[in-house]
This record gives sequence, structure tokens and C-alpha cells, in this order.
Amino acid sequence: MSHARDAQPAAGSLRGARLPRWFPWAAAAGSVAAGLAVSAAAGLHSDIQWALIAAALFVLGSYAVSAKVEGPRQARDRTATSLVWVAFLLAVVPLASLAWETVEQGVKVLDGYFLSHSMGVVADSEPGGGIYHAILGTLEQVGLATLMSVPVGVLTAVYLVEYGRGRLARAVTFFVDVMTGIPSIVAGLFILSLWILILGMGYSGFAGSMALSILMIPVVVRSTEEMLKLVPNELREASLALGVPKWRTVLKVVLPTSIGGITTGVMLAVARITGETAPVLLLVWGTNFINANPFQDPQASLPMYIYLQYTNGSDAAYDRAWAAALTLIAFIMILNLLARGIARWKAPETGR
Amino acid sequence: MAKRIDVSGLNAYYNSFLAIEDISMTIEPRSVTAFIGPSGCGKSTFLRTLNRMHEVTPGGRVEGKVMLDSEDLYGSGVDPVAVRREVGMVFQRPNPFPTMSVYDNVAAGLRLNGKYKKSDLDDIVEKSLRGANLWNEVKDRLHKPGAGLSGGQQQRLCIARAIAVEPNVLLMDEPCSALDPISTLAVEDLIGELKERFTIVIVTHNMQQAARVSDRTAFFNLAAVGKPGRLVEIDDTERIFSNPSVQATEDYISGRFG
Repeated sequence: MSHARDAQPAAGSLRGARLPRWFPWAAAAGSVAAGLAVSAAAGLHSDIQWALIAAALFVLGSYAVSAKVEGPRQARDRTATSLVWVAFLLAVVPLASLAWETVEQGVKVLDGYFLSHSMGVVADSEPGGGIYHAILGTLEQVGLATLMSVPVGVLTAVYLVEYGRGRLARAVTFFVDVMTGIPSIVAGLFILSLWILILGMGYSGFAGSMALSILMIPVVVRSTEEMLKLVPNELREASLALGVPKWRTVLKVVLPTSIGGITTGVMLAVARITGETAPVLLLVWGTNFINANPFQDPQASLPMYIYLQYTNGSDAAYDRAWAAALTLIAFIMILNLLARGIARWKAPETGR
Repeated sequence: MAKRIDVSGLNAYYNSFLAIEDISMTIEPRSVTAFIGPSGCGKSTFLRTLNRMHEVTPGGRVEGKVMLDSEDLYGSGVDPVAVRREVGMVFQRPNPFPTMSVYDNVAAGLRLNGKYKKSDLDDIVEKSLRGANLWNEVKDRLHKPGAGLSGGQQQRLCIARAIAVEPNVLLMDEPCSALDPISTLAVEDLIGELKERFTIVIVTHNMQQAARVSDRTAFFNLAAVGKPGRLVEIDDTERIFSNPSVQATEDYISGRFG
């Protein structure tokens, strides 16, 4: 790159020619219109085609116009900006379309009745019925998995950050990394062979939550580890210098300081395992009836309910699957919002 | 309350790197001893060996003897936690606990050690805050977050927190280097009052400060880059600043360094 001046401003002036502020919007509108026109003229039917044409026109067009009016440096700047916008839209459009589709299809049968009744007396091919048993199952399985993973995960992270030195710590870190990569079906098969085939236990919600906690533990360890590392060393030293033993320092200074971040991490881990289908399918087995006892007999769960309704194939079952999917997304979103709220509420107060 | 410290033949290491070599000195009770010297010469490391904080750093270890009155801090069976209750410390940057209020910060040492009576706690907190010249500024906001105070107030809060556990010795690692001149003056005045009750050791880069607050001054230096830091001399502050017995001290103090 040379350092030659790119733009040629008027002599004696720091002010070069500038396109008006509304230019990007105009360029966008123009390229959408042009994209639509081109695809209509060429007889293209897909939405994707005109959108791609419009995106290409937008990037190239704003570069060309800007290069003409403002000079090459500004034009490159505008190109970068428009590429970022196109990338943003590429990312957001599928997400928005997914959310829109789920809401549109899901609200058809989603009501109080749907949330408070099971499929016990309804044939899968008929309308009616609900997801109460699946919500109950999901809450219990995820709750149990959380109860098992959070102590193990947080304590592991405390060990790694506060105490771990040498070979054992490296081994633990390595195996946590390996666990992060375990496919959920493998976790399910592991519990299936250990718990059900070898130990001879029956299908139950608890079996499912064991597999879920295998998936959850590494996520909790990782996020907690990061949060503990963020606690300034000065706080630990301040506490130690007061003659406070190390374990109390960890318990009363380090963990309270990072509790907001740890909670967020746990909530996100919960959100992640709530949507897991494979282990639940293998271990919880599924039922159309309400089973409030997670330790005995098959239960239902939301992801599995969606899968089973979808495989049933009737219109009524499709509607129920969509409504259950909407419930699942809403549930996970509420968890995420809660996590953010807690993080904000618990964040250590700094400054004034 | 105040105790004498007797150091003899002390070496401190980071892993295999010898950071300070063969230091011997006596630190008198009820007096202020200042450590001066260029950066990296081991003043802070030496200070941290006096309450066994050096070994908190990974790889940190110590050889030699540090006698607190008649007890060797590095003797076998000595609990570092017990040592740190006797020898308190104030750090360079104010570090109040961010999750705690002003009151809880001062009470932290007692609470976290579980050795207090609830009824005494209010008195101890007030006494410590008065001792740190902070009471009048914070008495109306005792239950607001400690991190909301100004930098100078935070540092005095940390001093209050350190004296609340009634140590015998107070170590201060450049306590004023993050403070403005007015806050520095407040902390220096405080040091003058605290020496009535405690043995005080202060590391400082500010020669005027050493001259103002200390009774005795120790000058540390490096023999050469990469060599361990060592004690050049320790003497009455007046003598160090007027007529030191080693030429290197005079050069450092008068700015003819290197």
C-alpha cells in the first residue's frame, strides 16, 4: 500500500466531497428494487435469488458511486460497512424466519388447555391433548441434571483455578476438553449401557438426567473457570493477608465476587441441555401419560414430544409439535433473560 | 502490641531464580521503617516474606530466619495463616472487597476468621475507621459498597480493614503510589499515628515520603541486572538522608544513579 493521497480534496481544505447521509439507505432501496426487477425480467422465482442480486448490487453500487464522488479511501470504507451489513442480514434473516415460522405455526393450538393437559386420552392422530406431561418431565430431568452437575462443575473449576497445579490439573483440564466434545448420543449410549443394560435399571427421567449432566458438567466447568479467573488476584491476597485461610477466602471472597457470572454460565448450560433430544430418546423412553416420578418408569420431555409428534405425521400432531417447539424456545429464552438479569443484579458494584 | 522483627540470612526465590540474597536486619517496634531502592531490587519481595505472602506466589520460597520477637516465622509447624493475623498488610492498589459494604469490609478480617462477638463488631469497626481517619467521611454510608469510595478513601478503608484484626506489625507496599497528594498526606498522617501502636514497615518510591514518615530507612539495590537484590544499608533516616555510610546510597538519594 502506498501512502499517496487517495482522495483529492479541494486545495487548502480538509473537507472532501461527501455523499449525503441518506445515501446507504437509498442505495439499499435501489438495489432491492433492481434485484426484484432483474429477477422478474429473467423469470426467477426464488426469494434467495433476488436477495443475492440485491446484495451484490448494493455492495458494488455503493463502492462505485462512492469511488466516483468521494474518492477510493471512502469507497473502501463504505464497502467494508456494506459487507458488514450484508453479513448481518445473512445471519439475522434465517433466525427471524425461524422464530416467525415457529410462532406462526405454534400459536394455533397453544393455549392454557394445551399447557395443562397430557396426551393420555387422546390418540396421536386426533386433535386435542397437550404437553403438560412433557413440560413436567423436562423440568424434572433438567432440574436433576442441574443439581448433579452444578456442584461437580463448580468444585472442579474451583480446584482448577485455585488449587490445581501440575499433572492432575492438566489431566482434569484435558478430560474436561474431551467431555465438551462428546456427542449427546454417545452420552446417552454410555448411560444406556451402564445403567439400563448392565445395572438392569428401568427407563426413567433420572437416567436421562444422568446423561444430560454428562453434557452439562464440562460447560459449567468451563464457564465457571473463566469467571473465577476474572477475580483479581489482589482480592485473594487482601483476604489472605488478613489471616483468612485459603478455603474461606475462596468461599467468602472469590465465589461471591464471581457468583453473577457463574450463575449466568449455569443458566446457559441449562438452556443448552434443555433442547437435547438424543439421550432423552434413549433413556427416558417417552409416554403419553403424566408421570411425576423421575426415578421410575418412562417420562416425557419437550424435545422428545416434538420428535414423536412429528413422526406421527397427522395434521393435529404437526400442530402440537409446533406448539411444543414454541414452548421450548420460549422456555430457553426466559432462562437466558433470567441469566442476564442475575448477572446484572449480582455484578460487583464498581466506581460510583 | 508491637513486636520486633529480626531477619537473618534471608534468601527468597521465584522457582530457581534468587530474587533477594542474604538479608539481615532488625526492625524496631513502635517505629516506621522505610524501604527504598530502584524498581525490581526486591523491596516488595522482602516485604512479602515478612508475613509469608511471598509463598502465595507460585514458585515462591524462602530460606533463612525471620524472628517475630522470639518466634521464627519460618520455623517448622508455623501456620502461615496465624502469621498473617499477626502481621497485616496494605497493598499498592486499594483493594476493598467489591461485594461488601464499607462496614463489611472493615469487619471482613474478623468475620472471615469467625473470631468475634456480634456486640463488639460495631465498636471494632468504628474504632478501626477512626484509627484510619476515615470515620467522619463514611459514618453515614457504612452500608454502601466499599468500592464506591474515592481512591484515597479506599486505601484508608484497606488500612482500617488491616488494623481491625489487631496485628502486631503492619506492612505497607507503596500505599500511596496510586493516590493524589491530598490523600497521600492523609495516609502519611495516619502512619504517624499508627506507629504509636504498631510496628510499621513501608515500601516507597518517594524519597521525600521516606524522609517524612520513617524513623529508619533501608536502602536496597541490585548488584547488576539479573543479579539478586540485596540490602545496602539500614540506618536512622536522618543519617541515611544526610550522611549515608555507603556511596551508592548517597548517589541514589541525590539522583546521581547509574
